[in-house]
Formats: sequence, C-alpha cells, structure tokens
Amino acid sequence: MGGSEWPVCVALPLKVNEVDGNWAIVEVSGGKIRVRSDLVSVRPGDYVLVHAGFIIEKLELEEARKTLDMFREIEG
Amino acid sequence: MNDDVVERAIKSSRDPQVFRALLASVKRNVGFLSKKPILMEVCGSHTWAISHTGIRELLKDEVELISGPGCPVCVTSPGEVAQMIELSYRPGVIVTSYGDMIRVPGRGGSLEASRAAGNHVEVVYSAMDAVTIAENNPEQQVAFLGIGFETTAPAAAVAVELAKARGLGNFTVYSAHKLMPPALRAILSLPDLNIDGLILPGHVSAVTGRKYFDFISDYAVPAVISGFEACDILYAILKLVKKIRARDFSVENAYPRAVRETGNTKAMAEISKVFRPSDAFWRGLGNIPLSGLELNTQYSSFDAKVRFGLPPVVEEPEPPGCSCAEVLSGRKTPRQCRLFGKACTPSNPVGPCMVSSEGSCRAHYVFGR
Ligand code: SF4
Repeated sequence: MGGSEWPVCVALPLKVNEVDGNWAIVEVSGGKIRVRSDLVSVRPGDYVLVHAGFIIEKLELEEARKTLDMFREIEG
Repeated sequence: MNDDVVERAIKSSRDPQVFRALLASVKRNVGFLSKKPILMEVCGSHTWAISHTGIRELLKDEVELISGPGCPVCVTSPGEVAQMIELSYRPGVIVTSYGDMIRVPGRGGSLEASRAAGNHVEVVYSAMDAVTIAENNPEQQVAFLGIGFETTAPAAAVAVELAKARGLGNFTVYSAHKLMPPALRAILSLPDLNIDGLILPGHVSAVTGRKYFDFISDYAVPAVISGFEACDILYAILKLVKKIRARDFSVENAYPRAVRETGNTKAMAEISKVFRPSDAFWRGLGNIPLSGLELNTQYSSFDAKVRFGLPPVVEEPEPPGCSCAEVLSGRKTPRQCRLFGKACTPSNPVGPCMVSSEGSCRAHYVFGR
C-alpha cells in the first residue's frame, strides 16, 4: 500500500497459479505474488480475494452466475 | 469453464453499458422517495471507489453518500497512535506497520518522524512479513501494529500462531483491531444522525458472512452488502433506494460472488482462537464496549501491551482544528472542515482522514477537483 493510491481493500479477484503448502502464487497484472492460504483452501485456477497478504475468500462459480443474472436483470 | 463465468461476472461489473442502465435506474427510483436519501458506507475502499468511479459526482443531486467509521487507519484512536509512536522510541524495538499508518500525526509526532529520528520502523504488506523480520532479527523485539477490522484480524491471528509454533520469543502484536457491529450499533444509536441506508463492507462480510449483520434490521435502516466494482456499488445503491421505499429492513447480500451466509468460518475461528473482544477507543466514536480485540490469555506473551507494560489506552485530543472525529461519525463532510484543502492536504495532512488512501478527506481532495 505504501504511498500508492490503491487502497488495500480494493482486493481485486486474483487467479491462483500454484499452491505450495500454506502459500499460493497468484497472478497480478504484470507478475506474480506469493500470498498466504491459511484461511482458505485453494487450488490452481481458483479466483480469490486477497487482503493484506492473505487469501480471505474464494469466488464461487455458482455465485458468479448470480452476479451475471443480477446485472442482466438491470440491462433488460 | 470456471474462468469463463467468473471472468464474465467481473467484466460485467465494470461494463459501461450496465453502469449507465444502473445509473438511470437509481435516478428514476429516487424520484419515488419523499426526500434525497442519505446513504452511509463503512469501508475505506468504498469511500475510495465511490469517488474514483465518479459515482459520488454523478449522483450528487439524487443521493447523499457519506462515509462512516470504515477506514482502518482513521478509526485508530489518538491514544492508540500515541502508544504506537511511543513504542517505536523504545530501544531494541522494531515497529512493523501497514503503510498508511506511519504518516498519521499524533502525540509524539508520527511513526514516520520517529523513523527519521533514527528509530526502527518498518512498513510491511502483511503480518507474515513481520514474523519474518522477527526471525531475521533475534536480538531485537518486533512489534506488529495490528489495525483494521474482521478482515485483517484473522491474518494477525495466523501470524501469532506461527510465531508461537516457531518459538519466536521476540514477536508481539499491538492489537488495535476493531469489530464492525459495535461501531454500527453506536452509529445507528446517535441521536443526531439520520441515515436512510447502509452500504455494508464487502470484504468484511466475505469473512463474517451476511448473517453477522442481521442485527441492523432492529434499527429499521435498510442495509446492503456491496462489492467494489463500479456496477457492484451502483447496484447496491439501487437496492437500497428500493428498500427505503418499500420499508424493507432485511440485510441483503448484493455481493454473492464473494459473500456467503456464514462467511469464512475458518477465518472467524482464527479470530476467536487468538483474540477476545475488549473495550476499545475509536476516533470519532469514543470508547465502545467490546468493540476491539485483545490477545487471549494463552497468547499473552505475544501481546505487545503486556510485553512492554503499556498502560490502558486513554482518550487523547484530536489534532488541533481537525474534524476527523465528526467526519468518521457522519456528522460532517470533509469540506465542512475549515482546514480541508488549506492547512490540510495529502502532502501535509493534519488528520488521518487526509493521510490514508481510504480516508474520506483524501478521497474528496484527490477526486473532488
Ligand atoms: S481535512 Fe484534514 S484536518 Fe480536516 S477533518 Fe480532514 S483530516 Fe482532519
């Protein structure tokens, strides 16, 4: 966070690349970072929310569908 | 396949066409209300995103969007800030802190000023980095400044457990963590505050679950959990406007891709394993019973307050002229502070609301011109 205009909490969904014990490698624009996976069990390919270096939740497929429906309802 | 749906969901939450449709719908639906609704968000990232996406400006005639006590750095009380600074002056202590915290002015200067004076203050991205620093500096004491809400507390809990497992006798946490429900109760009980709806924090809710916030319906104020993309926020605002009209006080989840009914139970269990609720001072709201977290007895050797014999936190004055306390409790907008943009700017902040990228004063200053 130091000095950047992006607050920590605007946790963009990141994709898990690799899992190594309690660490996960996630893809960020232009690179990869190592984050902790103590709080959520993840697998490569999962989309996750990262907050202050820890994965705090996983995005679920079914629930992502609900989001799509939610916005579709507005467009129509 | 998985990628496809998740990626499409994220894309549609940023889609300009969806955004325009939502904006029009909010405007139309506000027309059915008897007055311009006041909506409060309680998350520093919402403060930032509402300004950054232009939503505040685009809806300025229809909806008043105010910030509550949601910026972690800002709600840290002056008394806690003073103790953090004091700690950094102790010989042999390395203070580790999330970035924004070090610029917060308080009694004794700031952590940044303390560092300039030769003390050891390290900025870390994660509580894990503080554990690593403790491992690499066995001759020194490493105190991690734990701030934030139900989102950062589980991370600090994991760090404490790891330090314990690794036998790190030189690692401690100064816990200034805060819990959302007691602060919301305090806000909703303020006699001079009239909010018509609450935008609930998406990531706190991802950890706690939707049900955690059900108590809000007792206050007859509609509440909706929101994500952080432009369309997520507009959608939550639209839901709130409709709920105000329908007098529907249920707590609704408009961020289902990240928030479940019971949240991340593993993370919640971590919090209660390592911490227990304690009374805490909030900037803007004063002392609120059981609104903070202190380390449980079996982890007290990792408690910086115990290790360094710190006295209980007391009420301390705000920086002279600063209205952060009123801003954080929704009683004043940043522009109503007479120092805003004059004596107080991001490069020369008087209060924490101008320091933090999640602070309301900073968001109004950076995006409001
Ligand atoms: S503008 Fe500066 S002095 Fe005024 S309330 Fe905000 S942080 Fe405090």
